[in-house]
Amino acid sequence: MSLTVELSHRFGTFALDASFEAPQGVTVLFGRSGSGKTTIVNAVAGLLRPDAGRIAVGDRVLFDSARRVWLPTHRRRLGYIFQDARLFPHLTVRQNLAYGRWFAPNVGRSEDSARVIEMLGIGALLDRRPGALSGGERQRVAIGRALLAQPQLILADEPLAALDEARKSEILPYFERLRDETSVPILYVSHSPAEVARLATSVVALQDGRVARQGSATEVLGDPEVTPLGPGGAGAVLETTVATHHPDGLTELQAGGVQLLVPQVQRPPGARVRVHVEAQDVMLAIRRPEGISALNVLPARILALRIGDGPGALVQLDVGGNLLLARVTRRSATVLGLQTGQEVFAVLKAVSVAKDGIAGRGILPH
Amino acid sequence: MTLLSPEEWQAVALSLRVALWATLGGLPVGILVAYALARWEFPGKQILNGLVHLPLILPPVVTGYLLLLTFGTRGPIGSVLQDIGIVFAFRWTGAALAAGIMAFPLMVRAIRLSIEAVDPKLEQAGATLGASPLWVFATVTLPLVLPGILAGAILAFAKAMGEFGATITFVSNIPGQTQTLPSAIYAFLQVPGGEASALRLVVVSVVIAMTALMLSEVLSRRIAKRVAGA
Repeated sequence: MSLTVELSHRFGTFALDASFEAPQGVTVLFGRSGSGKTTIVNAVAGLLRPDAGRIAVGDRVLFDSARRVWLPTHRRRLGYIFQDARLFPHLTVRQNLAYGRWFAPNVGRSEDSARVIEMLGIGALLDRRPGALSGGERQRVAIGRALLAQPQLILADEPLAALDEARKSEILPYFERLRDETSVPILYVSHSPAEVARLATSVVALQDGRVARQGSATEVLGDPEVTPLGPGGAGAVLETTVATHHPDGLTELQAGGVQLLVPQVQRPPGARVRVHVEAQDVMLAIRRPEGISALNVLPARILALRIGDGPGALVQLDVGGNLLLARVTRRSATVLGLQTGQEVFAVLKAVSVAKDGIAGRGILPH
Repeated sequence: MTLLSPEEWQAVALSLRVALWATLGGLPVGILVAYALARWEFPGKQILNGLVHLPLILPPVVTGYLLLLTFGTRGPIGSVLQDIGIVFAFRWTGAALAAGIMAFPLMVRAIRLSIEAVDPKLEQAGATLGASPLWVFATVTLPLVLPGILAGAILAFAKAMGEFGATITFVSNIPGQTQTLPSAIYAFLQVPGGEASALRLVVVSVVIAMTALMLSEVLSRRIAKRVAGA
């Protein structure tokens, strides 16, 4: 089942004109604030009526301005996970979880409920009220409440934005499991490249109310046109498989035509592992550097150069068939004479490996 | 009851009945009007707001007289109601109507404030979980405004107990029929030797008012705690 969205909406000076398809898995709506992400999600949820367009889940039409179809929110079969949890304060956790089931057409099986409670680890909270929960617990309950409404479409509007780093890494794995265990499309709003890198099956990059780029996470995040030139943020995603574990505690990952050495990853050889490389953690050299402690020095070819107005430049690289981004200063780009098509060497300083549980940015062995 | 004479007791019982009906009858309308004023945008909203508050500002005698004009047996509404057997003029039901209308603004104010305090985002969350607007109101909004409704009801009850001007103008001061506590006190003060009776009724008024206030305090604290989700 997939979600089809075609919208145009105008309020004040802001014009939204976007269409995309969200397949099974997590589709991340990615863009700066004010790019129209929340407007799109609210239109899909029926909380905002767009001027024109069409929204459908599979062959269920939620909105079609041409045919004058407008399904009210409560008949759209959604699971909406809000940034601010929005649990009902007068109900216990148990009652909050059951709320959507009261209204679901086919009464859910109790093993569903047990499985979701187990998956989210909220069994001990059932008799508490939302006022007595921590931010992370509240958000987990909100995820459970959305899932138990037996949705045909899950919407999440920056569900982690209000949480600190520790809570974020507490919740992220649940979204990964959700992505891998449900067949329902998930539309996930975020402006965090790290979340996109970890969760996205596909990415819709929005800019000023328009779809700037759409595709798989590796394609979109590796495109320097999509990522802003400001400090931080930009970074590419590599799909890798675990090749071997070395006795000195390093794991070798195979990414297309190149190998990466990272601190031990607790996965068997052959397992697929997604790696996030932030652009600021990639150095460039025009000759193979010698006498350097970095282990990951990879031959690369410059595909594109994007020099902004500031002191920074973003370089898109082809590394053994993978797209990689490197952030260098404009001065370095000039001094090294970087240009499209040039063969260079990429030195990786750090990567993030999405493990089971907590994924952190780890400095690479050198 | 040995503390009160039968006549005094009659006035107390009547007042309680009038105030209770004024409050209960006003509540559904009060909740609807408060919700409309808090959440809906419609033409004539300010006029409705003004009409609701009018009894608070007008001299009670004027309200009573207007009631007499409209709900009297010859009034436009009163005559229609009389045909189906409902009479307000010079009956205890009329006293309840007058008290209800005088108490209405206080009730609506309290309920409206508590509805405005409910985060519409919670109601949106209810809708995304499949609850129709009516269900959202019943399962989210109503439980959350319960303290406000209770406060409004108690306030209205106290106001209805003490209503005098509109009541006496609309339904007069007939012992056993329309003679409520305040009108009984007034009547006792008009006759020589009535001070003792008047004083006893004054004490009863104070006791009822204090009880109502404390009851509302306890209840609303208990509900507020539940609603706050602690």
